[in-house]
Amino acid sequence: MHLARLILQRLALGIGTLFLVSVLIFLATQALPGNAARAILGNTATPEKVAVLSRQLGLDKPVARQYAIWVSHFVSGNLGRSFVGMDQPVSQVIGQPLYNSTVLVVLAALVSVPLSIGLGTYAALRRDGRLDRAVTTSTVALAALPEFVIGILVIIILSTEVLHLFPPIARPNPSVPVYRQLDELVLPVLTLTLAVFPYITRMMRAYTIEILESEYISMARLKGLPERIVIWRHAVPNAIVPAVQGTAMQLAWLAGGIVAVEYVFAYPGIGSALISAITERDIPTIQAITLILASVYVLLNLAADIITILVTPRLRTGLR
Amino acid sequence: MTSPSQTEQVDPEQAETPDLPVARRQREWLQTPKAAWKLRRTKIGVAFLVFVFVIAIFGPMLAPHSPTEFVGASFQLPSRVATLGTDYLGRDVLSRVLYGGRTTLVLALVATFIGEFFGLLLGLIAAYSRRGVDETVMRLLDVVLAFPAIIFALLIVSVAGPNPWLIVVAVGFTHIPAVARVSRGVALRIVNLDFVKAAEALGMPKLSIMWSEILPNITTPVLVDSGIRFAYSISIIAALSFLGFGLQPPLADWGLMINENRIGISAQPYALLAPILMIAIATIGANLVSDGMSRAIIGLDRKMANQ
Amino acid sequence: MLTVEGLSIELEGSGVDIADEVAFTIRGGEILGLVGESGSGKTTVATALLMFERHGAVLGGGRITIDGRDVFAMDAKTLRSIRGRLISYVPQDPSMSLNPALRIRTQLMEILVTHGFGTSNEEREARVAEMMDEVLLPSGRDFLRRYPHQLSGGQQQRVAVGMAFACRPAMIVLDEPTTGLDVTTQAHVLRTVKDLTRMYGVAALYVTHDLAVVANVADHIAVMYAGRIVEVGPTETLFRSASHPYTRRLLISVPDLSGKHTLRGTLGRAPGPGHRPQGCRFAPRCKLAISECRAEFPPDDGPDENHRVRCWRWREVVAEPADTEFASRLRTEDTDGEGAVITVADVRCSYGDNDVIHGINMSVDSGRCLALVGESGSGKTTLARCISGIHSGRIAGSIKLDGHELKRNSRERPKSDRQAIQYIFQSPYASLNPRKSIAQILSLPLKMFFELNRNERETRMIEALERVSLDGSLLSVYPDQLSGGERQRVAIARALLAEPRVLICDEVTSSLDVLVQASIVELLSKLVRDLGVAMIFVTHHLPLVRSLADTVAVMNRGELVEYGCVDEVLDNPQAEYTKNLLADTPTVDIVDVP
Repeated sequence: MHLARLILQRLALGIGTLFLVSVLIFLATQALPGNAARAILGNTATPEKVAVLSRQLGLDKPVARQYAIWVSHFVSGNLGRSFVGMDQPVSQVIGQPLYNSTVLVVLAALVSVPLSIGLGTYAALRRDGRLDRAVTTSTVALAALPEFVIGILVIIILSTEVLHLFPPIARPNPSVPVYRQLDELVLPVLTLTLAVFPYITRMMRAYTIEILESEYISMARLKGLPERIVIWRHAVPNAIVPAVQGTAMQLAWLAGGIVAVEYVFAYPGIGSALISAITERDIPTIQAITLILASVYVLLNLAADIITILVTPRLRTGLR
Repeated sequence: MTSPSQTEQVDPEQAETPDLPVARRQREWLQTPKAAWKLRRTKIGVAFLVFVFVIAIFGPMLAPHSPTEFVGASFQLPSRVATLGTDYLGRDVLSRVLYGGRTTLVLALVATFIGEFFGLLLGLIAAYSRRGVDETVMRLLDVVLAFPAIIFALLIVSVAGPNPWLIVVAVGFTHIPAVARVSRGVALRIVNLDFVKAAEALGMPKLSIMWSEILPNITTPVLVDSGIRFAYSISIIAALSFLGFGLQPPLADWGLMINENRIGISAQPYALLAPILMIAIATIGANLVSDGMSRAIIGLDRKMANQ
Repeated sequence: MLTVEGLSIELEGSGVDIADEVAFTIRGGEILGLVGESGSGKTTVATALLMFERHGAVLGGGRITIDGRDVFAMDAKTLRSIRGRLISYVPQDPSMSLNPALRIRTQLMEILVTHGFGTSNEEREARVAEMMDEVLLPSGRDFLRRYPHQLSGGQQQRVAVGMAFACRPAMIVLDEPTTGLDVTTQAHVLRTVKDLTRMYGVAALYVTHDLAVVANVADHIAVMYAGRIVEVGPTETLFRSASHPYTRRLLISVPDLSGKHTLRGTLGRAPGPGHRPQGCRFAPRCKLAISECRAEFPPDDGPDENHRVRCWRWREVVAEPADTEFASRLRTEDTDGEGAVITVADVRCSYGDNDVIHGINMSVDSGRCLALVGESGSGKTTLARCISGIHSGRIAGSIKLDGHELKRNSRERPKSDRQAIQYIFQSPYASLNPRKSIAQILSLPLKMFFELNRNERETRMIEALERVSLDGSLLSVYPDQLSGGERQRVAIARALLAEPRVLICDEVTSSLDVLVQASIVELLSKLVRDLGVAMIFVTHHLPLVRSLADTVAVMNRGELVEYGCVDEVLDNPQAEYTKNLLADTPTVDIVDVP
């Protein structure tokens, strides 16, 4: 009862955030006066032309009504039609890129999350040891670098100047399943991993250290429990719980990070699609992609909230 | 009983005044930077930042060529004419690197300031208002947080075109939720402390309480955060330029240079490595300073707890 | 049986002693009370008995033997096998020491499993159930399936006690196990600990800052000051003829429920590690100190084999008549509301939907002190906050100052009302802004209520500091450079600068050591007498009431259960609740102090 209410509450909050996100995107792209039509036609267009296009796009209707139409189409799966190309449906324009990007992000998450949770925990357990110092120093530096810089360094080291292991650009053949051409994906996945793992590692290290210094860990040791049980039963589970939230934030961040990384590797994902849409002023596509990327954040956060509630006795059972 | 001559009388009143080393009477807020300066990472970070800013300020005076002057064929390796070789149009890479920091650094500084200022303000207001106001402010900020910074900046650029000042506002805006979260988190611990209640009981106006009682207690964590924000601002602005939506050619800019010279990656890597190195020094420097500061805070807290 | 010889513990890396020359013996079935102020090193010593080094501390040298086994010489593996089995530990704060993510059953069973107690799970389950019975907790499945947060503080501490006794150890270390518990719960836990120690013939070390608690639970007492044990002896002997000047100061600082002696404080503070003088560490605060005291730490000496003291001049200390004055407080016996400064009539307040106070009537006269007594959750602090206008919930009823009705919120009150009522908070660590100098802190009430120039303000601030026995030079320092007692004096000075008619003191001594507490209480009673302010003294600690207050109001669950003259209420309580509270309050009054 208590649990269901708590989860429903989070769900409602998530939906509310999503609604506001869509309003923000709509306002930024379509409702600012004259923007959409002028943006499409460019600054040289005559006012008459702008007016005609505005009417075609439905920009002459009241803003609230425009939004209602837009959002109801969106919810029913109709993402609108692209302005460019052969007037394709947006869903078709972004379908394949969305799939490609999902593959990229999921692979990066599968590599980086276990790696950094393990590394962070290990560094905390061997605090001030050689590995810990190496980890803390290298993560400060790596966390500082923009992801496109990491990408280019990766190319320089692994595919052009130093070694020639992998192709510098990643253009998987769309007719062949991605898992058959993994070598194409190695460099972009590596780049995303290098960009995300410093944060999760540092966070996990900090949480583990905090827990290791807690009184109940001292107590566990004073009870004479073997170190193995102290760490795996008492320390690590308690450190992972707060790390869930932070990890979700980082994975959501990946959604933004892919834009520059895909561009570096010319990878045909949703980031590249967004960039060409912006170049071509293809507003329906821009709206669709930004809304999808923002939803990723909302959904991941929602998932993290619910997981946290489920694994924390204090939240799950309520007070006394 | 003892005679007075044997007993050295102690004035108990005297014992109550603590013996304070003069040095400890320094202004409180300098404590953290001073402790941070003792750490090697802080010194390295400061050195990095000083280096980058010196180049940005004095670089153009030292540049051997104009950043737009053609000095040879494109993608020439380093030579006597061009110490770091030439770029895709045959311009001097060294001169362009020396010119290329100014714009980005200035834009990043302004963006960081915007983010810190409004973030701090909102965080403070949220922490010191009723729960309803607090909830509303933080929920609204969550909406902004849902956009990865670069996506938000791209969204703005897609509508309004690549205007540098618009980029600054967009980047600054994306900092606000994170800064507000940090400062609200710290301020929440402060607003429930009794000295705030004491000021309220005396009838001090709310604004004065926020300004003179709460704010001084949250500046240090916010300062630490601003280092990370600055590095992040540089990253996003450079990334925008790299993607072609930030600063526009023929301007010399590090992010733009990386984009322009990408195709020559195997022929002339210096045209890429030089601006990459500069961006790396700037962002790593800012992060190191920030890391040193946060370590210093932890150290000071521990020292206090031990006393 | 436990023997400790020449134990020293150092601050990591600096070689500075946290504690040294620590030596004592505890026989099976006996409890030794280790008493000391905060920072005396008593907790560090306690965990050192398990060869456990707290953060930043390392064991220097010495010998610890339990039942003939040399603990100090053990390797890590052997140590692990004796922790929880041969020697166990009861922590200070069970809410922090029980793992929040594991069920009680798991945390109880794992200690039995680890030490191979019992041969089967059934046997171990049976032991857990037995243990629960012994600490008076339900042993049913449902209870054992609970998580720590689903237990009350007292229940959590019982679980910790049960866990410590689970493997029937030879030695048990209890580290302030009752701090934070209400007196009733504390009394139950103490009784349980005492019974179990006798029953199992366990040697127990009971660490505490509270002399009244050890007086009731310990067979012997060791007094620790600045990292060293200065006196050891049987409990009664120590209370009857304390032979160290520090022990004497401690004894007269303990608030006494019976009111047979007046509270006397001691100024100054115990030096921390790294700041400790050569020789006897109490010498700088000792009236009897001679040059020898400053040169060398005195050897082990004393009146008899059991009563040992480390003082060059213990014979003079013993010869000196006990430093007590009989109750001579200014206390008048009328409690009428006439001339009352503050009158509270039928006040009810709530937090959200919860009513926390249900109809309270009381009044305070000027120059008098009203003690508001109750356990946590009694509503005493809420009532105090209602009067001072900083309660954020709803308030009904009437609160009057000098006969006129007060507005509910301090913001709505006129300046004169805000000025008239000053509030002093529980923790001086939280009530002074760490980013402001003492001068900035003290100038606030002056700026709010008076039109003064800089010099006038400074003069008044220095006067106020001197009134609370602080030096005027402290104006330029920051709060974190002061000790707890000094900070509380600054907070009092801030209140005085407003020239109030009413002072509300909310548990103002509860975060302070006894010596400091006594001197603050002395100061407060002096202020009531000299300035003629009306004081409301909120406390959970009944013995303090006798030393300070004229009238007392006992509160329980938001109701006023008893209200009257201090001596009447404490000597002849009418309400059942007051009677129980008095019975459960530990007292130092176990022997007649001359």
